[in-house]
Amino acid sequence: MGETVTTATLELRDIRKSFGPIEVLHGIDIALRSGEVHALIGENGAGKSTTMKILAGYQPATSGQILLDGKEVTFNSLHEGEEAGIVMIHQEFNLAEQLTVEQNIFLGRELRKGWLLDKAEMRRLTRSYLDRVKCRAHPDTPVSKLSNSDKQMVEIAKALSRDARVVIMDEPTAVLTNREAGILFEQVRAMREAGTAILFTSHKLSEVAEIADQVTVMRDGAVVRACAASDITEDEMATAMVGRDVSDLYPEHRKDAGSDLALSVSGLDVPGFAQGISFDLYRGEIFGIAGLIGSGRTEAMEGLCGLRPATRDQMQINGQDVSIRKPSDALAQGLCYLTEDRKLRGLLLERGMRENLTLQALPKFGTLLIDRSAEEKALDQAIKDFDIRAGRRDVKVGNLSGGNQQKLLLAKVMQSEPKILIVDEPTRGIDIGTKQQIYAFLRRLADEGHAIIMVSSEMQELIGMADRVAVMRTGRIAGTLSGKDITEDAIVRLAMGVGATDYGAKKELA
Amino acid sequence: MTSETTNSKQSGRALPSMSVLGPILALVLLVVIGALLNPNFLGAANITNVLARSAFIGIIAVGMTFVITAGGLDLSVGSMAAFIAGLMILVMNAALPSMGVGVPIILLGMLVAIVAGILAGLLNGFLITTVGIEAFIVTLGSMGIYRSLVTWLADGGTLSLDFGLRTFYRPVYFDGILGISWPIIVFALVVIIGEIVMSRARFGRHCAATGSNEHVAHYSNVNVNRTRLITYALLGLLVGVATIMYVPRLGSASSSTGVLWELEAIAAVIIGGTVLKGGFGRVWGTVIGVLILSLIDNILNLTDLVSPYLNGAIQGVIIILAVILQREAKAKG
Repeated sequence: MGETVTTATLELRDIRKSFGPIEVLHGIDIALRSGEVHALIGENGAGKSTTMKILAGYQPATSGQILLDGKEVTFNSLHEGEEAGIVMIHQEFNLAEQLTVEQNIFLGRELRKGWLLDKAEMRRLTRSYLDRVKCRAHPDTPVSKLSNSDKQMVEIAKALSRDARVVIMDEPTAVLTNREAGILFEQVRAMREAGTAILFTSHKLSEVAEIADQVTVMRDGAVVRACAASDITEDEMATAMVGRDVSDLYPEHRKDAGSDLALSVSGLDVPGFAQGISFDLYRGEIFGIAGLIGSGRTEAMEGLCGLRPATRDQMQINGQDVSIRKPSDALAQGLCYLTEDRKLRGLLLERGMRENLTLQALPKFGTLLIDRSAEEKALDQAIKDFDIRAGRRDVKVGNLSGGNQQKLLLAKVMQSEPKILIVDEPTRGIDIGTKQQIYAFLRRLADEGHAIIMVSSEMQELIGMADRVAVMRTGRIAGTLSGKDITEDAIVRLAMGVGATDYGAKKELA
Repeated sequence: MTSETTNSKQSGRALPSMSVLGPILALVLLVVIGALLNPNFLGAANITNVLARSAFIGIIAVGMTFVITAGGLDLSVGSMAAFIAGLMILVMNAALPSMGVGVPIILLGMLVAIVAGILAGLLNGFLITTVGIEAFIVTLGSMGIYRSLVTWLADGGTLSLDFGLRTFYRPVYFDGILGISWPIIVFALVVIIGEIVMSRARFGRHCAATGSNEHVAHYSNVNVNRTRLITYALLGLLVGVATIMYVPRLGSASSSTGVLWELEAIAAVIIGGTVLKGGFGRVWGTVIGVLILSLIDNILNLTDLVSPYLNGAIQGVIIILAVILQREAKAKG
């Protein structure tokens, strides 16, 4: 990093950050240059978020220098960061949900004509920004009505509107489909051409290889590798992040997927989302469910578990007819669902680990009063079994890293002792090391005779883990693949609803 | 007993956070001030008086703690208390010719109060959970309805309990065991049970989960609507209990009975450290909140330092201060 030729637009030098007595960043150096896309990668908890917050002025560093155009600066507030032309786009969006798209884009910088708002001009500019990011949302739509991907695009449109010199994006593609990610990358390239310095984080190393010019790899609060993107392969990135070889990401399949029927459902309808879903699930197998976002995967599984209204022609668990109307019916049958959204539906972020761990299985911990020592014991066990790394035992769950939250969520679901476990996006937004642990755990669970349904948008994950894969399209199962037939190509065709000879679809999706 | 629920990020290990210490310190401070200003302050008579007067609001505030913890609100409790008091008096007066003065008619009155309280609470809860109207709006509406009903029942005046009955019923407020009057005993019981349920029982945990994030609660097999409904029914029940203690004190009910009780109860809950938007509540804190509010009133009445008319202003300042202190504690955490 020493051979700086051009002055960096924004640079951190030997930045350290401590929370209380614990130092979380140990001397970070990173330089963002005009017209360069910089990828910051690392496992959850490596210190990426803190680094980004310091760059954007959200948090002060404990020591070290921040240089803007080579001059040392201190940002005392987010506002000063924005003044300097630094915009950060969060993973959790910073949009006012009740305001419209247009109001959000101009929030705090409304254009005026005399005393009144210049609505016409704001409308025109909003349209042009939205067009640039190919977002079809109407400027008058309240943001609360938008999908996650549209919200992301509105955030980017907002950054465009501020003529930002530095754009920092925290996992921008985590909630996007491949096609939307493609549009995002076009915008990133356009911003790069225009001379913007861009920093982004991602857990998808293929994206990093595709778009980044520079790569900085962090591990345990320090930079372990910094180089040009062309000098590092995806494998090397993964190895640098984890600190060990991760080529064996997926555990070995068991040879004989069971023939012992665990669950059989036919004609499952979830009004508005899914129709006529029928499948059999065997003990010891991992049954994948693929499909585009919005294909009704999640809703079908939630309907199956009584989490939302659904009807079914017939449903059997272990050969017995069952009727499931509410979540407790499903739990009583050993059927348990792990939500895709750990922050909004999975965990109480304001609460500690103990209360989260036992919430779903409270009756297990005492009939009249809750037995706290039994809860503590369960937490000890969960921390050990799932390798949950929390600084303190009584830490608020919201302060845990994403990977540790996911492990805690898995531990929580396992407290209900499910026989049939449905995991929805079990590795979304978590690092590769934790992924490996979760895959190993799920496979072990299946080998012990549990039946597992895995809903996922990551095709590699399904190919690596699932014994069979059902692909959903517009609320129906479009087809089921098994064994060697589970390929990215086959999944994409079914998901897009194209015939065996049509190759156009894959390009569009990928 | 609540060390595990306090803010987790304080750096010192020994000291509990300000959100725990704050209300307790304020209470101690008030007691010291009171004792310094008036020698009678710590006398048995005054303490009994303060506690007995606190009991009505206190019993209601315990129920309010559950409602607020589960993410709800109930503005109707003051009017509800007045309506139940009026109903109780009407029923007892009407039953007097056939039943005569005695224990059975008192029990009948109590039954009416409890049943009416539970039904009123269930009605609020039903509209809020099943019909899905915001708690603020539902209870603002029912507040007006009950207030108007009691005025109508009293025909704009006062509903009075028959004199003989009143004399017979009086001991429920004025007597007690071992010199501790009944309202204080009932208050203490409600608090103890409430604290245990809140911090140790499944229901308390479900309330906190519901108030903290109802989606997470739903996905965690918590019946969100039922939990909320029960909190309102519980509050209604406790309003009934408080009314049972209140009627023998004056033996009457009018349109001015229970005015502003809802705000005092909510204030006590907030001063005690329960979070207004839900997700975290503590019953013992509410008790401290009630005592703080009563002591301010009491001290102003006992001394002539500040006009008692400023009572409301001082209470208002305390409420705002309490919330500021909580926010500071939260920002640190």
